[in-house]
Amino acid sequence: MSTTYLEAIREGLWEEMERDPNVFVLGEDVGVYGGAFKVTAGFVEHFGTRRVVDTPISESAIVGAAIGAGLMGLRPVAEMQFADFITCGFDQIVNFAAKCRYRWNASVPIVVRSPSGGGIHGGPFHSQNPEMWFVKTPGLKVVCPATAYDAKGLIKSAVRDNDPVIFFEHKGLYRRIKEDLPAGDYTVPIGKAKVVREGRHLTIVTYGAMVWTALEAADELAREGASIEVVDLRTLLPLDRETVFASVKKTSKVLLVHEDTRTGGIAGELAVSITESIFEYLDAPILRVTAPDTPVPFSPTLEEAFLPNTAKVVEKARWLYRY
Amino acid sequence: MSTVLTASAERQAREDDGELAALAARCHYYMALMRETEDRIERKLYRQGKIVGGVYVGRGQEAIPVGSALHALPDDVLLPSHRDMAVLFIRGVPLRRVFAQYMGRVDGLTRGRDGNMHMGDMQRRVVAIISALAATVPVAAGAALALKYQGKDGVAFCYFGDGATSRGDWHEGVNLATVQKLPVVFLCNNNQYAYSTPLELQMACANVADRAPAYNMPAEIVDGNDVLAVYDATGRAVAHARAGLGPYMVECKTFRMTGHSAHDAAHYVPPELFAQWEKRDPIRRLETRMMENGWADRAALEAANARIRQEVDEAVAWAEQSPYPDPSTLLDDVYENS
Repeated sequence: MSTTYLEAIREGLWEEMERDPNVFVLGEDVGVYGGAFKVTAGFVEHFGTRRVVDTPISESAIVGAAIGAGLMGLRPVAEMQFADFITCGFDQIVNFAAKCRYRWNASVPIVVRSPSGGGIHGGPFHSQNPEMWFVKTPGLKVVCPATAYDAKGLIKSAVRDNDPVIFFEHKGLYRRIKEDLPAGDYTVPIGKAKVVREGRHLTIVTYGAMVWTALEAADELAREGASIEVVDLRTLLPLDRETVFASVKKTSKVLLVHEDTRTGGIAGELAVSITESIFEYLDAPILRVTAPDTPVPFSPTLEEAFLPNTAKVVEKARWLYRY
Repeated sequence: MSTVLTASAERQAREDDGELAALAARCHYYMALMRETEDRIERKLYRQGKIVGGVYVGRGQEAIPVGSALHALPDDVLLPSHRDMAVLFIRGVPLRRVFAQYMGRVDGLTRGRDGNMHMGDMQRRVVAIISALAATVPVAAGAALALKYQGKDGVAFCYFGDGATSRGDWHEGVNLATVQKLPVVFLCNNNQYAYSTPLELQMACANVADRAPAYNMPAEIVDGNDVLAVYDATGRAVAHARAGLGPYMVECKTFRMTGHSAHDAAHYVPPELFAQWEKRDPIRRLETRMMENGWADRAALEAANARIRQEVDEAVAWAEQSPYPDPSTLLDDVYENS
């Protein structure tokens, strides 16, 4: 039976709560309502209010309380209703959670789940991709799964990890993609990228919903003879540069794609890393396809112009292929 | 400032009690140890250049961490703020490691990764503060939630100053704790200045305790320079929280007898305020009381203070021998396996 991306996260969380009595969830409307996107639907009925804690509208208190409980040996999974609201818990994440281990060897085993991403007509405050705010913060782990398989495996790894993990789940993927998942327990390692399509002429490096866009672009260009490799980063921090380097060494051309805005996106970091480490393997300039440096607009015509899509990726990839 | 409660009638009745004499002696030890340690840090080591970075002391406020933390049981968790050093001593943090911390040495609790009071040790159930004040308030709520979750009757001791109550984190944390009826004791040291900003520019209410009714939380105001009064009030607060009745706040009225930090001469504080509060010095007040009640004589107190000076001498000497961290360790411990 096929499992959606959303259901995969739900299953992963459920199984972790069954496995470890120290795992609990807290957040706004996660209880009787089941969460704004229904990721925790049915949880409170099964696990009770002790392990499914409905909180006031207080992101700072949600993250802070998760930290306190984590320091005491529990494994809290905090839900941000939308990733856009994670700003209200920013200090707790970047100043408290991220620095405890380095400063005083204290383990903060928390997960902050954050539904992110555009394409759902959410406007400026329900569509953002705030992952890079956290990628800039040593001590955090930042995970952005693209597939149902990875979403389930990575949420399990995040729950079991002894460091704070910010788990970005793309809202546009929740019910759009599905696949058959293996029965039984499995995990996907944090910090490991994956080659999701093999190719010879060009590498596209991306993550999250843009993995699907890149795969569509690769299919389209295959008709023109281009053999495109697609690397799904899966984790942005720690960043698996080695998998990217191995692919670029093979293809000698690279297109970096993200739905996040342009300046300060992961593409810039990857471009410098590639030129620092394997410049001699490149046969073409490094290009990128990203959202422009604007807030996420609401009206469909504007949002469509804002978001990267298959046509935009095909255009740049074709240019690189022919270069 | 508003009315300050004096010693409770309940305690007056037990003035002769030998138990009270013993409690007073413990209070005296920890308060005098904190005073001597911070004096050594601020007035000697800092001026000698042996401590780089900021130094923030709790001179004049020692009764608050001491009178409160003496109630803590092993399961309890404490979240001291930056003027609550005695909490560390009461939880058994070795004095020599505190000096090593201030001097940036490898034997400090943070191995040179952080300075001053920014230290903690979960083995002793002490959480390290961060510089953004009130950030520990939601964390205290979470620690208390964990105690409840684990079926323990432990309490979280959450310390903060008056200025911290202006932050959103304070309100979010107190709200969550009261809504969930979590076992938190909120301990405010109201020292009347947030850096240079006086209380009336910090809040429109007269007392920090006035904020409590909005959260349906019991609160009391106590003379923060009377260690036995702080002890009594905290005892009521802890009993309330431990009984599962939810959070309880104790506002300890006091005065910051220094600038915000060692580099701040506090020219903005009227000198007469310092003079007025000098007369209420919590250590001298306790010593007077101990002598008046026959719990100790001058010679015994002087002997106790001499022992403390020696303890501090030894700790400083030990810390000065501790090496600075090896630069090759710079990248360690960002993550569990790094």
